[in-house]
Amino acid sequence: MASSPYFSLAVLFVAALGFGLTPLGLAWLWGRVFSPAKPNAVKNAIYECGLESRGDAWMQFRSAYYLYAIIFLIFDVEAVFLLPFAVAFTGLGAAACVAMLVFVLMLIEGLAWAWAKGVLTWA
Amino acid sequence: MAVDEGLKIELGKQGVFVTTIEELYNWGRRSSIWPMQFGLACCAIEMIATTMARYDLARFGAEVFRPSPRQADLMIISGTVTKKMAPQVVRLYNQMAEPRYVIAMGACAISGGPFKQGYNVLKGIDRYIPVDVHIPGCPPRPEALLQAFMTLQKKIDGQPLTGPDRPRFLDAEAQGEFPVPVQGEHDLEPTSNPGVWTVPVVIR
Ligand code: SF4
Repeated sequence: MASSPYFSLAVLFVAALGFGLTPLGLAWLWGRVFSPAKPNAVKNAIYECGLESRGDAWMQFRSAYYLYAIIFLIFDVEAVFLLPFAVAFTGLGAAACVAMLVFVLMLIEGLAWAWAKGVLTWA
Repeated sequence: MAVDEGLKIELGKQGVFVTTIEELYNWGRRSSIWPMQFGLACCAIEMIATTMARYDLARFGAEVFRPSPRQADLMIISGTVTKKMAPQVVRLYNQMAEPRYVIAMGACAISGGPFKQGYNVLKGIDRYIPVDVHIPGCPPRPEALLQAFMTLQKKIDGQPLTGPDRPRFLDAEAQGEFPVPVQGEHDLEPTSNPGVWTVPVVIR
């Protein structure tokens, strides 16, 4: 067995496992012997900001937030795609250019929609 | 069984290190007191200054301010505790894992300080939770907070693991939950926790 090429690997694996598990085991043992657990309702509460949680987390969000999603796509995500497109522009075939054009047009449509909705005016 | 102090020093000179589990445990605990990231008023600014390079709280192993009570060992009550805020403070204290310590920083946290006469100010956080170190001042200087840290470290060093003098968190019988006060009609209810604070008798 000791002649197997994997023997040293196995030894290292066991050592690594022990390295990780020993402190955990010691901590567990320490907890058992010395420090009694004292759970209570306040301590086990899920929310940790000092306030009590109220209501249900499974609520609905306002659909009006789609406008933010559109704006995010146009001004943030699009730039990520435009940059490699611009860099590789001279070496691109017609099909790639058309695909990119469709993509940009779709986003421009979103921009026009947002503009019409008055999202781009602040005051 | 304790090793004689003189013998220990003598052995140390020979390169032999003698210790007990208790000492090792206390050394570990006092060298990594993680405070909770949590400031209440003007005193918090001094607390922040203490953590910065000039005063360097990191020397005490306490620079890791945790944003969650579950990971914190120490609560620094740094500022005025209003009656609106007191239930939150007590709830956060309850949610900290034991062992947990409290430093009441500044006149406000100790007694209400300059706002003691205010109808909305709690007259000392020790009415609800056990405070380990009080530091006076308005605000206490960062050096005072460092002094409080050192005092707390000394206190931790002296805590036995077993026996009747062992601290609360090692005692299965000791109180683990500190009731969170609620907003009553005129004041917080209850107005104090009799388990940690006795109402002083006013002699007229
Ligand atoms: S003790 Fe003074 S500095 Fe500290 S919170 Fe109160 S008023 Fe502010």
